[in-house]
Amino acid sequence: MSNKVEVRELEDVVVKFVGDSGDGMQLTGTLFSDVAAVSGNDLATFPDFPAEIRAPHNTIAGVSGFQMHMGKRKIYTSGDLCDVLVAMNPASLKANLKWAKPGATLVIDSATFDEKAIGKAGYTENPLEDGTLSGYHVIKAPVSELTKKSLADLGVDKKTAERTKNMFVLGIMFYLFGRALEKPLDFIKVKFRDKPKVMQANQTALKAGYNFADSTEAIKVTFRVDPAPMEKGLYRNITGNVATAWGLLAAAERSGRPLFLGSYPITPATEILMELSRHKSLGAKVFQAEDEIAGICSAIGASFGGSMGVTTTSGPGLSLKSEALGLAVITELPLVIVNVQRAGPSTGMPTKSEQSDLMQALFGRNGESPLMVMAASGPANCFYYAYMASKYAMEHMTPVILLTDGYLGFGSELFKIPDVNDLPSIKAPMADPDDPYYKPYRRDEKTLVRRWAVPGVAGLRHRVGGLEKTNIDGNVSTDPLNHQLMVNIREEKIARIADYIPLLDIKGDSEGELLVVGWGGTEGALASTVSRMQDEGHSISHAQFNFIKPLPKNTREVLSGFKKIVVCELNGGQFVNYLRMLYPEFSYHQYNKVQGLPFHVQELTETFTKLLEE
Amino acid sequence: MPMYKKVEKSPVELTKEDFVSDQMVKWCPGCGAHAILAAVGNVFPKIGYKKENFAMVSGIGCSSRFPYYVDTFGFHGIHGRASAIASGLKIANPGLSVWVATGDGDSMAIGGNHFIHVLRRNIDINILLFNNQIYGLTKGQFSPTTPLGTVTKTSPHGTIEHPFTVSGLVMGAQGTFFARVPDNNIKLMTEVLYEAAKHDGTSVVEILQNCVIYADKVHEQVTNRELREERQLILKHGEPMIFGKNRDKGILLNGTHLEVVEIGKNGITEDDILVHDMYSTNPSIHRMTGWMKAPDFPVAMGVIRAAPADSYDGLTERQIETAKKNSKILTVNDLLRSGDTWEI
Repeated sequence: MSNKVEVRELEDVVVKFVGDSGDGMQLTGTLFSDVAAVSGNDLATFPDFPAEIRAPHNTIAGVSGFQMHMGKRKIYTSGDLCDVLVAMNPASLKANLKWAKPGATLVIDSATFDEKAIGKAGYTENPLEDGTLSGYHVIKAPVSELTKKSLADLGVDKKTAERTKNMFVLGIMFYLFGRALEKPLDFIKVKFRDKPKVMQANQTALKAGYNFADSTEAIKVTFRVDPAPMEKGLYRNITGNVATAWGLLAAAERSGRPLFLGSYPITPATEILMELSRHKSLGAKVFQAEDEIAGICSAIGASFGGSMGVTTTSGPGLSLKSEALGLAVITELPLVIVNVQRAGPSTGMPTKSEQSDLMQALFGRNGESPLMVMAASGPANCFYYAYMASKYAMEHMTPVILLTDGYLGFGSELFKIPDVNDLPSIKAPMADPDDPYYKPYRRDEKTLVRRWAVPGVAGLRHRVGGLEKTNIDGNVSTDPLNHQLMVNIREEKIARIADYIPLLDIKGDSEGELLVVGWGGTEGALASTVSRMQDEGHSISHAQFNFIKPLPKNTREVLSGFKKIVVCELNGGQFVNYLRMLYPEFSYHQYNKVQGLPFHVQELTETFTKLLEE
Repeated sequence: MPMYKKVEKSPVELTKEDFVSDQMVKWCPGCGAHAILAAVGNVFPKIGYKKENFAMVSGIGCSSRFPYYVDTFGFHGIHGRASAIASGLKIANPGLSVWVATGDGDSMAIGGNHFIHVLRRNIDINILLFNNQIYGLTKGQFSPTTPLGTVTKTSPHGTIEHPFTVSGLVMGAQGTFFARVPDNNIKLMTEVLYEAAKHDGTSVVEILQNCVIYADKVHEQVTNRELREERQLILKHGEPMIFGKNRDKGILLNGTHLEVVEIGKNGITEDDILVHDMYSTNPSIHRMTGWMKAPDFPVAMGVIRAAPADSYDGLTERQIETAKKNSKILTVNDLLRSGDTWEI
C-alpha cells in the first residue's frame, strides 16, 4: 500500500452498492459483506431491488441496490444514510444520492456517464461535472473501460468483460477498506469452478480494481473498521426468510412431526418456499399449491394427518386464507402461518416493507376466531421465532400467525449457529393408540388443549370440521349454550398461552420519562436509537413486543413505569390501538410511518427528544 | 396395475357394519346419497384396509355431510376445498386411503381450481362426485352442471349458462381415472368404487344423484329402470361396447367420431364394435365415450378411464428417499453448519 493516504478508523460504516439490474450489485454486496464478517465485523445487510426483473437499461426503474452496515460494535440495522455509495451508472446515482450522508465517499463508474445514459437518468447536465457532487468525496474511475483493458489478454468476449466490472469496483472497495483479497479470490474460484475463463476474468478484474485504487491520486483517505467484540462461536450470515425456513425445519425435527409446507409464491415470502423445497433430505414435504387457499387447506389436511402443517405468505395471501384460518381455529389443529408483510392494501408495493397486517392477523376472520399472533424482530431471530411458533402451535393445538416483514425476510445479519438439541423441547399432545377415553374435544384441564389423534392410529377414529361441535364428544351441535361454551374455551385456551411465553423485557430502566414501544421488525432501529439516547443520559427505555396475542403477562406492569409511552409502528397505528383496547388506563403517543421504508435513527431521535422536552 | 402398495390391510375381515357411525343420517328420504353411503359400506370391507386407515374428507353441501355417517377418520372442511385438504392429508400421510365426498357446486364452482389441479397432479385420492345438477343445501339454485334453460330459484327465466360435462372437465384436466354410475345401481357403484380404490392416482366417480326436493328426476331419462338398458352403456374393460335390451346395439368408431349401430344390420357384426380399453393412456376414445349423451347415444357407465401414471404422493416419497440417500445434510444441525460459516 502506498503511504500517500490517511487511514481513518470508523466505529461503523454504511456502504451502499447501486447499479443497473444486470450489474450484479447483489453478488457484489454479498461478497463485500462476507469478507467483512470473516474479518470480525458485526453487520446487517439489505437488498433494495425493483419489482421488475429487468427494467429498461439505465433507467431509474431498473436500479438495484444492496446496503450493508458493518462495525466494531453491535450493529442493529442495515443503516440509514450511507457513508460510501458505489454507483455504477447515472440512474443509480440519481436515485440514491439522497441516501448518502453529506460528505460521503462516492465511487462512480465514470465510463457509463455518456450523454444518452445521463439523459435517461433524468439529468440535464453531467452530474460529474456540474457541481452536483461538490459536497462529496468523489472517486471517479472509468470502470467499464479499465475492466475491458485489464481483460484484454484473456480473450474473453465482450459480454463477459461487461459483466465483470462489478469485480473491478469491488477491488477498489477492498482497497478502500484495507481488506486482503484472499477470501474474495477464493469465493470467485468456488462460484465459477465450472467456467474457468469466467473465473479468471473475475479474479483479474478484482485485482485490477485493487491495483487501480492503490495507484490513483483520487484516493486520499482509506478506512479501517476493527473487529467487533462478538460472543465466541460459529457464525454465518443469514437472511430472515432462510432463518424462518430453518427454524421450521428445526421444530419439525425436535417435535418428531414431519414438516409439510403448503404455499403459493408471493413476494416477499417466496424464499421460504424455495428454501424448504431444497431440503427433501430432511424429510420436508413441500407442496407448491395452485393458490393461497389450497396452500393453507393442504397444510390443514397435513396437520389433521399428523404433520406439522405450515403455510407461508404475504398480506394479500393472508386475506385469501382467512376462511381456512377459521377452519384451523375451530378444528383446533396445529398450523403455522408465516406472513412476510409488505406494503398494502391490495397489491400495494410488493417489494417494500410495512407492518400493516397486524389487525388482519388478530381479527381478520368471521366469527369469534382467536389464534396466537407472534412477530420476529430481526433476520436471525426469525429462526427462533419460527421454531417457537411451531412449538406453540403443536403444544397448544392452535394456528399461530408469525409476522415477519420484507425487511426481515430479505435483510441479513450475523447468526450465531445454535445446536438444535439446545433449543426448548417440543412435546406435541399426541393421543395414545386405542385410548378408550379419547374424545375429539376432551381437554387438558390446565391448558384446555385437546389431543392430536392421527389418522392411521388404531382406536382414535373421529370427525372434526368447520361446523360447531359439542365440547368433549365433538358431535355437530347448534345448541346455544354449547356454542357459548366453545367460544369461551377457544378464547381462554389462547389466553392461557401467556403462562408459557417469556415476560416482556425492558431495555433500560423500568421507570422513567419515556418508554419506546415497538413490535416485530422495527427492533433494530428502535434499539439503536434508544441506546444512543441512553448513552447521552436521557431517561428513556425500550420494550419490543414479539408476542402479541396473548401479550406477555407483565405488559401492564411495564407500561405503568413511565410518564410517557410512545408506540412506534410502520403502519397507521394498529398496535397502539390494540393496546388502547386492552390497557385503556394508559395514554399513548404514537409515531407512525407508512412509506414502505424502515424507521431511520434520525427521525426517531427527533421524535423522542421532542417528547422528552414537552 | 399398481395395487394396494401403500395402505396396510386389515388382519381381520371387516363388514359393512364396521363402518356405520353412531350419527343419525339426516339426508331427505329418497335422496340418492343414501345409495352412495350403502355402496361405500359395501366396498370398504371389500377393499380390506384397516379401519383406521380410511379417511373421509368433504367440503360443503348435502354431499359433504358424508364423513359424519361413516365410522372412519373424517374431516368436514369448507366450501370447495375438500380436494386441497385431502391432497395435504394424503401427501403427509400416504398410508391412508383418502376419500372425498363432494358435489357439483362444491367441486366445480367454488372448488373448481382445486378440482382441476388435484387431477393434474394425480394425487392418490378417490373423489365421489355427487352430481344432482343443483345446489341442494342452499335450497335450489342452479349449479355448474344444471342443463341450459333450466328454471331454478336463481334462474326464474331459465339458465343461460352452458353446463360442464363432468367427464369432459376431468379429462381436460388430464385426469387419469373417471367412472360414472347412476345412484340406483348399488352393485355397479360398488364395483366402480373398488376400481377407484385400486387406481394409483386421482379417481373421480361421478354419481348421477337424484335430489328429490329441488331437482327431482333430472337424470330420469338415463336412469329410469324401464329404459336403462337402452339408455345406458355399461362398460367392461376388454369387451365390446354393446347395449340394449336385446344386446343388439353397439358403438362404432367411424372416422373421428362414435356412432350407434345395430348389430346384424348393414353388415355390422360384433367384431366391428369398439372394444373398451380403460387402461389406454391416450384419452381420445375415453373423451368421446364420456361425452355420449341421450337421446342420440347411450350414456356410458362404469369405468371409462383408468390410465396408469405416476402419482404425486408416490413421486414425493421417491424424491425424499433419493435425497436422503444422496445428501450430506441429514439433520438440521448439518444444515446450520453447511456452506459459509466461520469461527469467532
